[in-house]
Amino acid sequence: MSEAQVKVLGARQEFAPLLAVDGVKVSYGAIQALKGVTLKVGKGEVVALIGANGAGKTSTLRAVSGMLKPVGGRISFAGEDTTGAKAHTLVPRGMAHAPEGRGIFPNLTVLENLELGAYLRSDADGIAADMEKSYALFPKLKERRKQFAGTLSGGEQQMLAIARALLSRPKLLLLDEPSLGLAPQVTETIFRNLKDVNAAGVSILLVEQNAHLALNFAHYGYVLETGEVVMAGPGKALLESPEIRKAYLGE
Amino acid sequence: MQTASAVSGSGGSSGVPASLRGILPVLVALPVLLVLEWLLSNSPFASYLLSIMAVNIILAVSLNIVNGMTGQFSIGHAGFMAVGAYLAGVTSLALKDVALSFLPVAVSDQVFLVVALLAGGISAALAGFLVGLPSLRLRGDYLAIVTLGFGEIIRVVVTNTEAFGRALGLSGIPQTSTVAMVGFWVFLVVLVSRRIAGSSHGRSLWAIREDEVAAEAMGVNTTGYKVRAFVISSFFAGIAGGLFAHFVPIINPGSFTFVKSMEIVVMVVLGGLGSTTGAIVAAVFLTLLPEALRSAFAAFGSESTLAQQVDQIRMPVYGLLLVVLMLSRPQGLFGTKELWEVIPRWIPRRRKGM
Repeated sequence: MSEAQVKVLGARQEFAPLLAVDGVKVSYGAIQALKGVTLKVGKGEVVALIGANGAGKTSTLRAVSGMLKPVGGRISFAGEDTTGAKAHTLVPRGMAHAPEGRGIFPNLTVLENLELGAYLRSDADGIAADMEKSYALFPKLKERRKQFAGTLSGGEQQMLAIARALLSRPKLLLLDEPSLGLAPQVTETIFRNLKDVNAAGVSILLVEQNAHLALNFAHYGYVLETGEVVMAGPGKALLESPEIRKAYLGE
Repeated sequence: MQTASAVSGSGGSSGVPASLRGILPVLVALPVLLVLEWLLSNSPFASYLLSIMAVNIILAVSLNIVNGMTGQFSIGHAGFMAVGAYLAGVTSLALKDVALSFLPVAVSDQVFLVVALLAGGISAALAGFLVGLPSLRLRGDYLAIVTLGFGEIIRVVVTNTEAFGRALGLSGIPQTSTVAMVGFWVFLVVLVSRRIAGSSHGRSLWAIREDEVAAEAMGVNTTGYKVRAFVISSFFAGIAGGLFAHFVPIINPGSFTFVKSMEIVVMVVLGGLGSTTGAIVAAVFLTLLPEALRSAFAAFGSESTLAQQVDQIRMPVYGLLLVVLMLSRPQGLFGTKELWEVIPRWIPRRRKGM
């Protein structure tokens, strides 16, 4: 398949390159989920990936984090070619993925969940310091650190998923639908926290159905449709474009 | 808190010098086992029952590493037991007439028993690796079907192999197993299982059990850990089979059917998936229960016909008890916890970190 027409709105703010996805294709058996997705994330940048159900948002994240092997295209991360690399080899290089549906370990305590986030690290002092940082970011988690993660509320579980992903000290945080199933107020809190995370220098690649929220938060956005990028542009520019307003914001 | 110490790599109780901590359990276990051996030397039935119980404990504790800790549903454990039993049996038969002249006969026998057991254990581990590598990429029911198939394949292969005595089985294997030897392997499998549970290795297995996708995202090499757990588990199943072959006069394919596999699964589920002590208690309970029912019913009817009639409802009662237990405690006896976490009041030692 040839390069699809990508409608680009506005100029992109300059960031040093961190992740480059180039024409990545993913198939589940005979079904082609990604037909050649190209996107970039810079150091310190927040990039949102929006689109309808089945557009390939989650598949893109999974290909980036090494949970899916692309059948075509290239992915490079932090200056290295990481096409087809397994997840456990990417985590130590600074990739953290908070999977869809939160993916916390329900029968382990909050503390044990966080410890698993630091699974590949062995610097006890650094882990303890980072643990304190995540407690500062999400005070609720400190209160509940002895509690089973499955007994947390939805918002707290999402906070735990983010905190856990951050404990691997990522350069890039992949977030799959952090607002899924959460009350608007809780979602707002989470996105405020994410701003702090980003301010601390962590790049974020965010998949969201809530286009309004995601584009407001992101520096840059991509619109995915049936496995292809059809539009790209700075978050604010996308928000103002009539196509987006019509298709994703219900106006 | 044990979890905090697990990350920094040290577990276990404080107060014991670190250098001693590793061998301390061995120093405690050895004299206990030798005394037990001496006490039971005149009671063949008690020795036999204890050995059967021990073999079941080894099987249940080792299967718990895969089914309980890692959350993979394997139902072919008897297959690995068979591999161990036959390979250890054949090794012992081959070494039957050899003895180490510089050692007393009893000691020399034990040395060869260990050699045979290791042959059985390592073969079973190898089988576990070969089966595990492709099949552990599958999930849930699919893995169960593959392991089930494997167990049956082993049985059919053995039934049709001359060297393994076909359907008649192997007989004449030197009956060199002792209560002390069986007990030592029980001790070893429990030690290994608890050490895994307390290490970062165990933490990875838990993560896989809880949510495989999330575990992968955390950087856990899920396939690698699953295969490792499978290999360790198969090794001990092979050892259990090897021990079995050295105190049961004849081993034949009928000892390693799907029913045996299910029996082990029942022990693990009943004890609580993930609980080592639960697996032990369930294995002891389910080994003794039929025997206890037998004696109970025998006591009821002194008339032979009545005793026989009553004896026939022994197995239904066993089944009924299982149903009642699963209805009242679906998470198993101890859930994912260990004995001392479930009933802390019974143990004077204070709980850490609470």
